[in-house]
Amino acid sequence: MSPSPNPTTSAVPLPSPIVETRNLHLWYGTTPALRGVSLSIREKVVTAFIGPSGCGKSTLLRCFNRMNDLIDRVRIEGECLIGGENIYAPEIDVIELRKRVGMVFQRSNPFPKSIFENIAYGCRLQGLKDRHELHDIVERSLRGAALWDEVKDRLHESALSLSGGQQQRLCIARAIAIQPEIILMDEPASALDPIATARVEELILELKRDYTIVIVTHNMQQATRISDYTAFFYLGELIEYNETNRIFTNPAIKRTEDYVTGRFG
Amino acid sequence: MSATTIPNRPRLRGIRWRPVSNFFSGLTGLATFTILALLGIILSTILVNGLPGLSFRFISTIPKRDFFEPGSAAVLPMIVGTTIRVFVMTLFVIPVGVVTAIYLTEYAASNSLYTRVIRAAVNNLAGVPSIVFGLFGLGFFINFIGLGFDSLTHQAGPQLGQPCLLWASMTLAVMTLPVVIVATEESLKSIHPGLREASLALGATKLQTIVRVVLPNALPGIFTGGILAISRAAGEVAPILFTGVAYYMRDLPKSPTDQFMDLGYHIYVLSTQSPNIDQTKPVLYATVLVLLLLTFSLNAIGIVVRARLRGASRSSH
Repeated sequence: MSPSPNPTTSAVPLPSPIVETRNLHLWYGTTPALRGVSLSIREKVVTAFIGPSGCGKSTLLRCFNRMNDLIDRVRIEGECLIGGENIYAPEIDVIELRKRVGMVFQRSNPFPKSIFENIAYGCRLQGLKDRHELHDIVERSLRGAALWDEVKDRLHESALSLSGGQQQRLCIARAIAIQPEIILMDEPASALDPIATARVEELILELKRDYTIVIVTHNMQQATRISDYTAFFYLGELIEYNETNRIFTNPAIKRTEDYVTGRFG
Repeated sequence: MSATTIPNRPRLRGIRWRPVSNFFSGLTGLATFTILALLGIILSTILVNGLPGLSFRFISTIPKRDFFEPGSAAVLPMIVGTTIRVFVMTLFVIPVGVVTAIYLTEYAASNSLYTRVIRAAVNNLAGVPSIVFGLFGLGFFINFIGLGFDSLTHQAGPQLGQPCLLWASMTLAVMTLPVVIVATEESLKSIHPGLREASLALGATKLQTIVRVVLPNALPGIFTGGILAISRAAGEVAPILFTGVAYYMRDLPKSPTDQFMDLGYHIYVLSTQSPNIDQTKPVLYATVLVLLLLTFSLNAIGIVVRARLRGASRSSH
């Protein structure tokens, strides 16, 4: 093992890297999905992963909270560090990891429970029972997800009675209720109408003050609107990774330019 | 020339006679009608011939004299016996079936040899004739477990090593296990995988996810399995023949180690052991009607409970 550079001693004025991958490979069975990805993601910024379908961006995102563990016959090589620790080391507790690295999915997936119980779920898992404390957390999380005013009078109604956009913001509230450090978002707005999308995007810009956000998106305008850094993937490789406006206005690599200008993909 | 034109395109107007298609829709309709007609004939025969023999006394007393004779025939012990054996069965079959289904869908590697063997065993279990389950119950529960337990505890006479309510119910539980497993598995599989992911991504363990998210959503399906098991078991006679049913008892069963009377078996007794068939006929019809009503009401209870459950899970918690 090569000694890892300690991210906390970095004197660069950039935010310190919180997620780092080193030569990360991943196979589904014998099919390679990631081919040696090395990148470091900065703290409290929004990083967007873009690229055509099947380029590995979602796969990489799901490496960060080890959701890929759920799939049979996945093999991973290389390192993935969060806060300087290799999360694929055998002594890592996946449950603890997932409490620190939250996730919002492409299709909103609220539990068929009340709005309140959806938000309280993660805290209840950790043994929190006190009704007042839970209520505080629910309120704080819903305010954080800009949903409180819309649902405060019906916290005990089913979460499934909310609109699609509200459900997705509920899922964001549910994710922030357990106070993760990082939030992974896998195309969180792709199933939403433009107005609901705009609200989710505003919310993401709000959230980056407190959280590190990594977002996979198919929507290039969305990437330019909300992200600080953008990584472009193609066929399982990281092609280019830079500040978002550089990627979109002055990419260093021809393939990136072709993709962001819509010439392929 | 344009290559895409279809020559001789018929007019849009005008209803056409399509013999093959019409023949098949006629055939399916006929098949449906035949089934409904058969069901109607059976039910109406039983209803017409059984209703006269039905009375409050008939269903609420224990026959003390000749139960072949309309004046003294009664079926309370049979109703009680059948009901109890069905409920005791669900106590065994639901937990075992649900846990098996959870293992198969949530834990077992989906295509390992072991899983395939279990699945094949479950499917084959469903195809075993019920009399074989009766013999299995006699050999395994009564002779092996029951007598074995008796000899361990040095009983003077057989306590558990004889036919009784407990063994009959457990035999039925083994018989209906596949129904519960398959129904539960279906409902577990139908739960959106996104819900499991959401739970795991919030730091839930697999067990927490199963207990808090998967099982509550699978409850209606589990109930369906229970209802199917009850309807299958309520009318079965063969599995209880050697494992617990009695020809006649002067009292209701008091403990799980008592024998019991049973509606289905009693129908068999009435139709084969009567000294005077013509005299017994009304009793027989009335008993069949009681068995049908009992089965229907057991089903109805299950369906109502399930509907409530669904309603509850849809509204708030």
